[in-house]
Amino acid sequence: MNRFLKDKEHLVRMAALFAVGVVLFLILKAVLVPKGFGVYGHYRAGALADNRVRAPRFAGRSACIECHTDERDAWKGGKHAGVGCEACHGALAKHAEDPSASNAFKPDPKTICFTCHLTNAAKPRKFPQIDPKNHFDGGACNGCHSPHAPDKEPKK
Amino acid sequence: MSSDRRDFVLTAGKLLVLTAPAAAYLEAVETGKAEEPAYKMAEHYWGMIVDVDKCIGCGNCVRACKTENDVPVEPYFFRTWVERYHVAEGAEHPDVDSPDGGYSGFPEKYAAGDGAKSFFVPKLCNQCAHSPCTQVCPVGATFESPDGAVLVDKSYCLGCRYCVQACPYGCRFIDPRTKTVDKCNLCYHRITKGLTTACCESCPTGARQLVDLKDPKDPVHDFLRDHKIQVLKPQLATGAKVYYNGLDGSVR
Ligand code: HEC
Ligand code: HEC
Ligand code: HEC
Ligand code: HEC
Repeated sequence: MNRFLKDKEHLVRMAALFAVGVVLFLILKAVLVPKGFGVYGHYRAGALADNRVRAPRFAGRSACIECHTDERDAWKGGKHAGVGCEACHGALAKHAEDPSASNAFKPDPKTICFTCHLTNAAKPRKFPQIDPKNHFDGGACNGCHSPHAPDKEPKK
Repeated sequence: MSSDRRDFVLTAGKLLVLTAPAAAYLEAVETGKAEEPAYKMAEHYWGMIVDVDKCIGCGNCVRACKTENDVPVEPYFFRTWVERYHVAEGAEHPDVDSPDGGYSGFPEKYAAGDGAKSFFVPKLCNQCAHSPCTQVCPVGATFESPDGAVLVDKSYCLGCRYCVQACPYGCRFIDPRTKTVDKCNLCYHRITKGLTTACCESCPTGARQLVDLKDPKDPVHDFLRDHKIQVLKPQLATGAKVYYNGLDGSVR
């Protein structure tokens, strides 16, 4: 027994060195690995919340029709019922939050329709498309069609 | 005496090693509480349906996405974009173009009645369940969230571009302002608040629809059953969760 412990000095020194190494590693790990890493997987759990903080810029159609009941009634039964308000009016979350602070964008009824209805060979054939040259040229579209409830057989 | 010291070093060493899991456990307990109570991650699993036959190439989704997510407007940066395919009858390769990613729509470029098949295909991050992009990140700055969105940890991203190259669909880019990676996160800030994505909100024809695969009442289940569905590059087995209906074989 004594024979083994005779030169124990270097063993103790090695153990101490090892312990210091372990402590150093743990300190480095504590400093370098961010909080919440590994809770759900190999990433920072806080990143989920970071991705959530942004404020939406599109309010969504259900917000618009809470206040604009006239437009809602026209729009609901019309051919544009599937087209969200902000598809034409643009992002309006600020307006929906406080209408007096932020004016809503009113699209130009002469041009907005072409975003969707201009003829194009790649469009599905059943989608209603018009060529402005052959479709009552010059007239503003909303002179005959209501933008909120367009009709295929518009009243003149 | 001497063996006491040895014991001490051994016990102390063991205790030191044990502090790591203990600390990790404490951290898990702390951060686990941070989850918003209104939104329960475990109850959702997000994906999207793209109905190719409904897309009219209006570009509303591209514009809405850039607005909603502050994507640089220069036409090299997209979280979503639209491609136009033009396939002459019997042609081996399709003509594909995407002027400004479809941001300003698609000016007619082919002669009417040329006999070719032509259609639009919206593209976005496929929110893969086994995404190649997250696997290559050296620091864990991009990952699949428990509710099925592939997200980026911007505060932790090094901007090394490995993931940009790893994505087989070309869905990632380096934001020139922050020099970190950016991509579609399925409007994570919206879907966790009960809203749909900006692209789905502004799509006039319902060509794209956000779906919750864990919601038994979501019409997606009927849709997936009633239609012949394809994902992009199925041979790569990425577990893509953007399901295309009516996808032509020429689309890659
Ligand atoms: C909280 C109620 C409220 C909500 C929600 C709301 N609005 Fe409004 N909106 C108003 C009021 C009030 C006005 C009238 C403001 C005025 O006349 O100055 C208005 C005006 C408008 C106008 C006309 C602007 C003009 O120049 O004449 C448009 C277009 C409009 N809203 C669109 C929308 C859309 C699209 C949404 C959904 C994103 C929406 N609004 C949501 C209250 C609301
Ligand atoms: C197809 C595109 C389109 C859609 C979809 C649409 N709008 Fe409009 N909206 C217009 C246009 C174009 C005008 C401007 C009409 C004009 O100047 O005569 C307008 C005007 C308005 C106005 C102002 C009306 C006025 O008398 O000044 C309000 C309010 C409004 N829209 C609300 C809505 C709401 C709410 C929805 C959703 C239910 C909606 N819009 C959906 C195109 C659209
Ligand atoms: C954001 C895209 C979009 C815009 C902008 C838009 N529309 Fe539409 N429009 C649609 C969709 C989608 C339908 C429904 C098509 C269907 O039922 O297949 C539709 C249907 C119609 C129809 C009925 C066609 C039919 O065959 O029944 C008319 C008319 C019409 N729109 C006119 C207009 C006018 C006028 C404007 C401009 C004020 C306009 N649209 C702007 C998307 C749009
Ligand atoms: C002078 C009245 C008038 C004006 C102005 C007008 N339209 Fe029409 N529109 C009609 C009539 C009538 C029809 C139905 C008969 C037809 O298809 O020609 C119609 C049909 C449509 C259809 C449905 C076509 C289809 O195949 O189902 C669309 C889309 C349309 N118009 C869009 C527009 C747009 C966009 C504008 C603006 C550039 C516009 N219209 C201007 C009278 C008008």
